[in-house]
Amino acid sequence: MTGQPLLRVRDLAVHFASETARVARAVDGVSFELHAGETLALVGESGCGKSLTALSLVRLVDEPPARTTTGSSIQLHGEELVGAEPARLRRIRGGEVGFVFQEPMTSLNPVHRVGRQIEEAILAHDSVPRATATARTLDLLSRVGLPEPDTAARAYPHELSGGMRQRALIAMAISCGPSVLVADEPTTALDVTVQAQILDLLASLRDETGMALLLISHDLAVVANVADRVAVMYGGRIVETGPARRVLTTPAHPYTEGLLRAVPTIDDPRGPLAVIPGRVPSPTDWPSGCRFHPRCPYAWDRCAGEEPPLDGGLRCWLASEPDRRGSTGYALVTR
Amino acid sequence: MNATWIDRALPGARGLSSRPLRSGLLLAVWVGLWALAIFRIDRILATPASGAPDHWIALLALVGSIVGLARFAPSRPEGDPGAPLETSGQWGLAWRTFRRHRTAMLGLWLVAGLALVALLTPYIAPFDPALQGDDIVATRFQPPSFEHPMGTDRFGRDVFSRVLYGGRVSLGIGGLAVAIAVTLGSLVGAVSGYLRGWVDALSMRTVDLLLSFPRLVLLITIVALVQPSVLIITLVLGLTGWMGTSRLVRGEVLSLREREFVQAAKALGFGAPRILLRHILPNVASPIIVAATLGIGNTILVEASLSFLGLGVPPPAPSWGLMVAAGKDVMLDAPWIALFPGLAIVVTVMSFNLVGDGLRDALDPRSTTGLAP
Ligand SMILES: Nc1ncnc2c1ncn2[C@@H]1O[C@H](COP(=O)(O)OP(=O)(O)OP(=O)(O)O)[C@@H](O)[C@H]1O
Ligand SMILES: [Mg+2]
Repeated sequence: MTGQPLLRVRDLAVHFASETARVARAVDGVSFELHAGETLALVGESGCGKSLTALSLVRLVDEPPARTTTGSSIQLHGEELVGAEPARLRRIRGGEVGFVFQEPMTSLNPVHRVGRQIEEAILAHDSVPRATATARTLDLLSRVGLPEPDTAARAYPHELSGGMRQRALIAMAISCGPSVLVADEPTTALDVTVQAQILDLLASLRDETGMALLLISHDLAVVANVADRVAVMYGGRIVETGPARRVLTTPAHPYTEGLLRAVPTIDDPRGPLAVIPGRVPSPTDWPSGCRFHPRCPYAWDRCAGEEPPLDGGLRCWLASEPDRRGSTGYALVTR
Repeated sequence: MNATWIDRALPGARGLSSRPLRSGLLLAVWVGLWALAIFRIDRILATPASGAPDHWIALLALVGSIVGLARFAPSRPEGDPGAPLETSGQWGLAWRTFRRHRTAMLGLWLVAGLALVALLTPYIAPFDPALQGDDIVATRFQPPSFEHPMGTDRFGRDVFSRVLYGGRVSLGIGGLAVAIAVTLGSLVGAVSGYLRGWVDALSMRTVDLLLSFPRLVLLITIVALVQPSVLIITLVLGLTGWMGTSRLVRGEVLSLREREFVQAAKALGFGAPRILLRHILPNVASPIIVAATLGIGNTILVEASLSFLGLGVPPPAPSWGLMVAAGKDVMLDAPWIALFPGLAIVVTVMSFNLVGDGLRDALDPRSTTGLAP
């Protein structure tokens, strides 16, 4: 990618301090860029800080309890968002950066009709007459592939299926023509068949409007189909990043490798699967050195002592000592 | 019968009479309203001259209910199983549940009837509530008769008329005080629950403090300090009745503010007032409405107790509590003086409680369809 990035995140760190517990460094030094028209996928196990990263882009994390450390920088069209005016941030939310959340069942307000909710979003950002907003709502609902926009607009959320609700939420998120759309696990709560449709929809809307898509998922199959680039998160940090095809076919980081090999492949659906031992540690006490080393099959003493830098899209000492890979490897389970 | 003729003369009358019990009742009410309009035409014509707002309200209520019944009552589809999409919202679903609740519907009819009677009192009441007989000794303590359906009191005043006017006072005080209490309580509770922090701590400690006084003692103290009038009593009841609502609303808001749709609303750039008023509070409407309905009954009871103790509405005004108090000394000789206002209190409070219970069942998310998370 060339040219000025739409969104540039530098050393973003979000910590939770409390009197009783130690500081939770839930997001701890994340950097990435997002260009117009591209899709960046943020992947990683539960609890590694994906949602928090996304929410802090437009300062949606309550501070306190959270604290964005000094040195964090989020620039949208070159405008710094860390420390921006609340009024400016409200214009950006929904206007410049749209959000689609994981739970279509509960992300719509149960007491208002779907159409009214979309209209409200339009009216909050654009001073247009209500009739215009209504017309735009119907147009949006048909653009997101709802077969009967009028009926959907008049329906209450509980009258729509999960897939239809997610479409309505996407319509709401793009209602003001954002330049960045953040989709936080948009398909996790849906049927497999519906998942594919929603992903197609997101990809085609991205191509239509030229907006950038930040897709958060722990499902690598989802990512493989839509993403241009992938950033793998572990322990509040990005451990590997690169073009989707490269990362998903020849992963360089042991964590990425583990994630990929834990998923059955089409070629060998009954083949052995890797198991990443242990579980994600708590953000209050990340291990010293490389945060993944206690679970890494290749780790040696250097990994425990010193944390590798993110260099050439990889945060791993294997980058400088590639021969160490292959000596052991993940334990496999055959089914 | 010639249908078009009826339709022209009395629009809606056929619809009113076309279906069983409910329509029969509505028809009876409607005919009664017409009868009132005809038999009390002198009073109605005197309304502009008297200029009293009471009478204007009554006139408006009379015309409004006659027209409203004719126009809207017959158009409702009764028990339509394949009800259209329009009724599928929160309120439509609740209404369907509520309608199946027999005692709640009875309560609703009673409340509606009481409200109508209260509004139309200036036309219904046979006598001026303050009117004393010419010869007090002859006219006082008369037992119920055709002329005085509930008898007369120690001053020869018509108990029936006084009960009617007392209902206006009681319902008015109850409704208004609860409106004040619920508005105040909802605002305090919503802001506390949404902002949390010191705002929450301060207002909830205030609530704890106020709730730790027995309400009656608090009321008696306040009323002892200021000269009570209907307005003062209303304000005092309203301002001492909001704490329960504020706790209730705060609790709901605390949990609602963490819901995904609130997060989604924030992500759309909505400001705090909009999120609170348009997105969170409507989701608390059900418990607020239930609390308000039950609160009206309770407030009427408290007002009656205050008046009974002589600390409420000041004497010449017709208040049920005062009337019971006045009748208790002659309970054995003239039981009707205390009995009828007492019954009125019981029926009114019970009606509101029936409606409140029905609403609680109908609006409880766990007992209805999939509106709940
Ligand atoms: N208010 C909070 N106080 C303390 N820690 C928090 C708070 N909110 C989030 N965290 C921590 O931040 C970490 C990252 O959370 P996040 O929701 O970003 O994870 P995620 O990668 O999106 O996971 P998932 O796949 O489950 O959605 C979690 O470990 C969580 O414990
Ligand atoms: Mg998440």
